[in-house]
Amino acid sequence: MLTRLLSGDTPRSGLLTALLLIVLISLAFAPFLFPGTKSLETAARICIFIVLVASYDLLLGYTGIVSFAHTMFFGIGAYGTALALSATGPTYTSLIWGTVAGAVVAAVFALIIGLFSLRVKAIFFAMVTLAVASAFAVLVSQMSWLTGGEDGLNYRIPRELTPAFKLIDEKILDVRINGKLMAYYLVFFVSAILFLVMLRIVNSPFGRTLKAVRDNAFRAEAIGYRVVWYRTTATVLSAVMAALAGSLLAIWLRYTGPATTLSMEIMIDILLMVVIGGMGTLYGAVLGATLFILAQTYLQNLMGVAAEATSALPFVSTLVAPERWLLWLGVLFILSVYFFPTGIVGRLRAGRA
Amino acid sequence: MSETSIKPRIEKVPLSEQFFQKLPVMLVPFLAVAGLIAIGNPASWLTLTVAGLAMGMMIFIMASGLTVVFGLMDVINFGHGAFVAVGAFVGFTVLAWLAGWTTSPSVIMNLAAVLIAILVAMAITGLLGLAFERVIVMPVYGEHLKQILVTMGGLIVAQQMIYVVWGPDELHLSRPEAFQGSWVIGEAAIEKYRLVAVGIGLALFVAMRHILKNTKIGLLVRAGVENGEMVEALGYRIRRLFLIVFMTGSALAGLGGVMWGLYQETITAHMGSEIMVLVFIVVIIGGLGSVEGCFIGAMLVGLLANYTAFLAPKVALISTIALMVAILMWRPQGLYPVVKAK
Repeated sequence: MLTRLLSGDTPRSGLLTALLLIVLISLAFAPFLFPGTKSLETAARICIFIVLVASYDLLLGYTGIVSFAHTMFFGIGAYGTALALSATGPTYTSLIWGTVAGAVVAAVFALIIGLFSLRVKAIFFAMVTLAVASAFAVLVSQMSWLTGGEDGLNYRIPRELTPAFKLIDEKILDVRINGKLMAYYLVFFVSAILFLVMLRIVNSPFGRTLKAVRDNAFRAEAIGYRVVWYRTTATVLSAVMAALAGSLLAIWLRYTGPATTLSMEIMIDILLMVVIGGMGTLYGAVLGATLFILAQTYLQNLMGVAAEATSALPFVSTLVAPERWLLWLGVLFILSVYFFPTGIVGRLRAGRA
Repeated sequence: MSETSIKPRIEKVPLSEQFFQKLPVMLVPFLAVAGLIAIGNPASWLTLTVAGLAMGMMIFIMASGLTVVFGLMDVINFGHGAFVAVGAFVGFTVLAWLAGWTTSPSVIMNLAAVLIAILVAMAITGLLGLAFERVIVMPVYGEHLKQILVTMGGLIVAQQMIYVVWGPDELHLSRPEAFQGSWVIGEAAIEKYRLVAVGIGLALFVAMRHILKNTKIGLLVRAGVENGEMVEALGYRIRRLFLIVFMTGSALAGLGGVMWGLYQETITAHMGSEIMVLVFIVVIIGGLGSVEGCFIGAMLVGLLANYTAFLAPKVALISTIALMVAILMWRPQGLYPVVKAK
């Protein structure tokens, strides 16, 4: 049953299983295990980014395509939900309608970009997506009558998902059972379902064909698979997943703006998460996203301590200043592409064999 | 992948085909005329055209290295923007040291200061290119996916190092006295600096063409683009040739960075990745690996960006994307594809 749920793709390593279970249990009981607003925010962010990073891995790790437009799809989903909610009021109908619309628009965009640029070369696609994504970000921040520009959109979501709503009056384990909790579990369960769906996709015959395309496109074509079709479908699927993750973010934050969804920084974050976690395995997305966001949230404090400790050495202290954490992740990123391209998950699995 | 054979240049190309090959060259004047019709006012058209050409020249300087590097070794460097940013920061630092020279009214002192700044910036970005090639790019020859990832990582690290060395704030610097202000021709005001940029860009293009067409090293580079293995088989070390080209490309990016910085008068650590978007568009339009195509593409993008910024400011960046799409529909490999798609 469990193997079936995971589509036969078990972690295949004791330590990896343990780590994944820790992540799963921590996320499932996050409101009770780690009370406090900041940790709940972090947990929800991790859930959403697991979906986002896994959907990027579908493209990068499984199909071997580098796209820089993933945040664009993420943003389309978020803005779809945000626009529907702010235009037609906080009802579930508009929530679902906006989410579906966002996913459809993302799919159409992905189809057009894919058909245009996947015919030629992987490198071509990377450059075209980079250009299109940055143009899209500029467009969104300039169409302020629709998108709120740089300030983004604030909107209300259905009342049952806001802190003001109380399901029961008593506290359970000292935690208020309110709408925020409901929203968290909405995010958690939808993320879990989406993740399992993606696991299903990559372990299907379709997913295996994608791997064949990645490893040797010429040969896959020779065997009789339309490589362009498979690449484009993978792009569309991953765009839809990213858009759904964006909708979750829009529901959770009750705010959508260019900085939270479209910025190049987020794109780089996703890239780092996929590579550090492990390309070509969705579990890598789980570990990569979790570690990265924990580092983003808590490592900076640690680096602050390190910077104070080394304040006597002027150059070293600027190197370990909390703002420079991306420097070290960048170095880690390069090293992991060279020395363990399969990331943490690949290491753990290899260690077992 | 299909036809990699080299066409011998013995038979005379029919006139119609010659015309078809020359067609992209006509695009630039065509766009300029279309701009004149759309804008209507010749004075503002002249200003915009000069601005567009200046912008195009600067993009060309930055993009030329990237496209030759790709053509020669099939390496695409997503970290190219880092050289632009580092060049700009180094150049600004040198100009700030030479503050006495840049504020003096003497044109020669101004020119000397800018020249020194450019040379220092080019030297440093060239050396950085050497390090980048040896440390970051060399281990991943022939693997596109890893190249994209690793050079992107290099860009992140380089940007963060700029923050470490120069601090997180953007830098401001006004241009040397001689380059400030503008000449007025009729009703059109033409900024002096833009003409200087056009001059440098044109000189560079002519020099590059000369080196590529008339010198031995240029011959080797062109041969390497066509068929690298054959060049190696004839006894030339293509890796070393590539290293030289990579360093030159990095130094040119540094030069472009200084020029762009002086043009904007403000530089930030992520200016490189912002300009890279335009550079990529230009490289794609021109056809990967082609210097001429890159030049035409840069002119087109520069002109179009300035015309649309005047006519409809909100769609300025979208227009360049539209241009790219249109050109790819016409010629899916870019204007002058040198490298066969692999």
